[in-house]
Amino acid sequence: MRAWLLSLRSRLSSMFPDPVAPDVSPPPLATRLWQRAPGPLLAMPVLVLLLVGFLAPLILVVTYSFMPPHTFSLTQAPTLDNYRNVFSSTYYVSFGWSVLLAALTTVLLLLVSWPIAYGLTRSFSKPMVLTLLLVLPLFISENVRLFGWVLTLSNHGVLDGTARALFDVELPMPLYNIPIVLFGMAFIFLPFMLFPMALGISMIPESCREAAYDLGATRLQVLREVEIPLAMPGIAIGSLLTFVLALGSISEAKLLGGQSIIMIAHEIETAFTYAQNWPLGAALATLLILLTAAMVIALLARLDMERLLGRGR
Amino acid sequence: MAPILELVDVHKMFGDFVALERINLEIHDGEFVTIVGPSGSGKTTLIRMLVGMDQPTTGNILLRGERINEIHANQRPTCMVFQSLALFPHRSVGENIEFPLKIRAVPKASRRARAMELLKQLHLPESFYHKGIHQCSGGERQRVALARALAFDPEILFFDEPLSALDYRLRKTLEKELKAIQRSTGKTFVYITHSIEEAMVMSDRIAILRSGRMVQVGTPDEIYHRPRDAFVAQFMGEINRFSVQKASDGTLTDTDTGVRYQAPTRVADADGTALMIRPEQIRLLPEGEHMDNVLSGVLTQSYSLGSRTQYQVSVDGRTVLVELLGRANAGVGDAVRIGWPADSAMLLKA
Repeated sequence: MRAWLLSLRSRLSSMFPDPVAPDVSPPPLATRLWQRAPGPLLAMPVLVLLLVGFLAPLILVVTYSFMPPHTFSLTQAPTLDNYRNVFSSTYYVSFGWSVLLAALTTVLLLLVSWPIAYGLTRSFSKPMVLTLLLVLPLFISENVRLFGWVLTLSNHGVLDGTARALFDVELPMPLYNIPIVLFGMAFIFLPFMLFPMALGISMIPESCREAAYDLGATRLQVLREVEIPLAMPGIAIGSLLTFVLALGSISEAKLLGGQSIIMIAHEIETAFTYAQNWPLGAALATLLILLTAAMVIALLARLDMERLLGRGR
Repeated sequence: MAPILELVDVHKMFGDFVALERINLEIHDGEFVTIVGPSGSGKTTLIRMLVGMDQPTTGNILLRGERINEIHANQRPTCMVFQSLALFPHRSVGENIEFPLKIRAVPKASRRARAMELLKQLHLPESFYHKGIHQCSGGERQRVALARALAFDPEILFFDEPLSALDYRLRKTLEKELKAIQRSTGKTFVYITHSIEEAMVMSDRIAILRSGRMVQVGTPDEIYHRPRDAFVAQFMGEINRFSVQKASDGTLTDTDTGVRYQAPTRVADADGTALMIRPEQIRLLPEGEHMDNVLSGVLTQSYSLGSRTQYQVSVDGRTVLVELLGRANAGVGDAVRIGWPADSAMLLKA
C-alpha cells in the first residue's frame, strides 16, 4: 500500500512539477506546454470544434457561391454568375418579405412580451407555472407545433369542423395569408424575446422606480424614463435574438402561409434541393448572412452594448 | 403656529404584527426632526408612510391640516433621499438632478440653470453635470441625491439614513453640511437614522422609537439630560446602571450587592428601579474627600479617548465606567475610590 502511494506521488509530481524546484531532467514537451500556456491549451477543443463545425462550412458556402451555376465541385474557376443571377431576378422580393416579417415579428413581440415579462418578474404570484407553460412547447418540434395550428385552422379542421358539426355554420378560416404567418412567427419566437426581457426587467432596482414616483413621475413617465432604459440590455438582446432567428425562418411561411409569400430561407432551400443549383443557393445564403450581420452590427453600434452591459464603466 | 406635518394615532399592522403603535408627532415648519431607533423599531415603516409609499392601518397623517393618508407619493409635495440614494444609473449627474423638473415639463434651459445652481450650492464643480453616476464617489453621490431632492423643491424633505454607508469622517462633514443646507433653505427636514450621534449633531428635535412606540420626543439636550426611561438613557450613550430597590426611608439598596445609595432629590419616575449615572459624572476621589455616594474598587483598564480618558473600575465584581478630562493619578491595578453627587444620577424606570 505504502509503495503504491509513493509511486502515485511520484507520478503525480511528474504531472504537476513544482515550478520552483530545480528540475534535474527537462520535462516532456506536453508538460512544458501545459506550464507555459494552460489557457490556449484548454481552449483547444472548442477552437477545433468551431473551426470544423462553424468556420469550415461557412467558407464552403462562400466558396460555392463563386462556382459556376449547377456545378457540384469547388475546383472550377470562380465566377460572379450566381450573384448576377440573384440581382437580375426577383429574389429581392423574398429578401424584402423576410426583413419585413422579421421586423414586424420583433415589434409585435416587443409589445406582447413587455406586460408578460413585467408580470413574470414582478406581479404574478406563481411565475414558475407560467414560465413552465411557456417553456414546455420548446420541447416539441417547431414544425409539429405549426402543423397543430394548420390542423386547428384549416377548412374542416378542429375549429371549423366543430362549428359545422355543432352549429352548422361555416367559419372563415384565417389560414394561408400574411397575418397568420406573422402570428406563427410571433408564436414560435416568443420565448426568445420574453426571457431576456424578463431578465432585463428584473435588473431594474426597485428603489429607482420608487424614487421616480417620489419625485412626481406618473406611471407612464416611470415606464419611459426609468423602466425601459434600465431594462434595455434585456430588450436589446431579446430583439436581436428574435430578429436574427426570424430573418432565417422558413416553416411559418411554408406551413401557415401556403404559397402566399416566399421567404428567403425558402428560396435557399429550393435552390439547394429542388433546383439542384448549389452555387445559387450558396450565393443567396451568403447574401443573407451579410444582410443579417450588417443589421446586427448597425443595431449593436447604436445600442452601445458596452454601456448597457458593463454598468461598472 | 400650526404644524406642517402631524401624525395622529398612527397605527400600522402587518397581519397580526404591530409595526407601529399609536404614533403621535407634530413637526413644525423649518424644523430639523430626527426619528431615531434601533433596527426593527419601525422607522422604515414610518417613513414609507410619511412619503406615501405605504398607508397607516388606522390614524391620520396630516399635511398642513389636510389628511394625506391615501395620497400616493407622486402626488405629494414631499420627497425623500433614499438609503440606497436610488440615483438613476443610466443618466448623468445633470440629468439626475433635472429629473423632477423634466417630469414637470420645465424647459431645458431653465432646468439646466437650476441644476448648475444646485451643483454650486452643494460644492460640486460644474463639470460634474456631464459625469456618469458610476464615476462619482460615495460622498459625491450623496450630494447629487440631495441636489435631485432639492430640485423637486419639496415642502418637507425626508431622509432614510442616507449617510449610513459612508466612512466616519465623510459622514461627519456631510452631517454638518446637511444642517447648514437646512438652515439656508429654511426647509423642513425629517431624518431617520439608527445613530443617536448623527441625530444629536443635526437635529432641532429628536423622536426616539422603540419597537413601534414613540418613547420620547424632545431637543437633544432634553433627551440627553432627562431621558424618560433606562432604554433612552442607554440609547443616548454609555452609562452605568445599578438595579435598585427603594426603602421606606427613601434610600436605595442595590439589589445585586446590597450597597446603599443616596437617591437624587429630583426623581423623574417615583417607581424607578434603575439608578443611572453617566461615566463623566463619576469622579476618582483623592484620599480623605467624601461624596454622597462612594464606592471602592480596583482600576482595571484605561482607554484614551483623545481629550478624555475612560477607566474601568471593578467594584464588587462589577465594572463601573468613569470618564475624566485628562488623566488620573492612579494606574491600572491600583485600589481607587470613586464617587458621585446624589443629584447627578438619574432614577429611571427599567
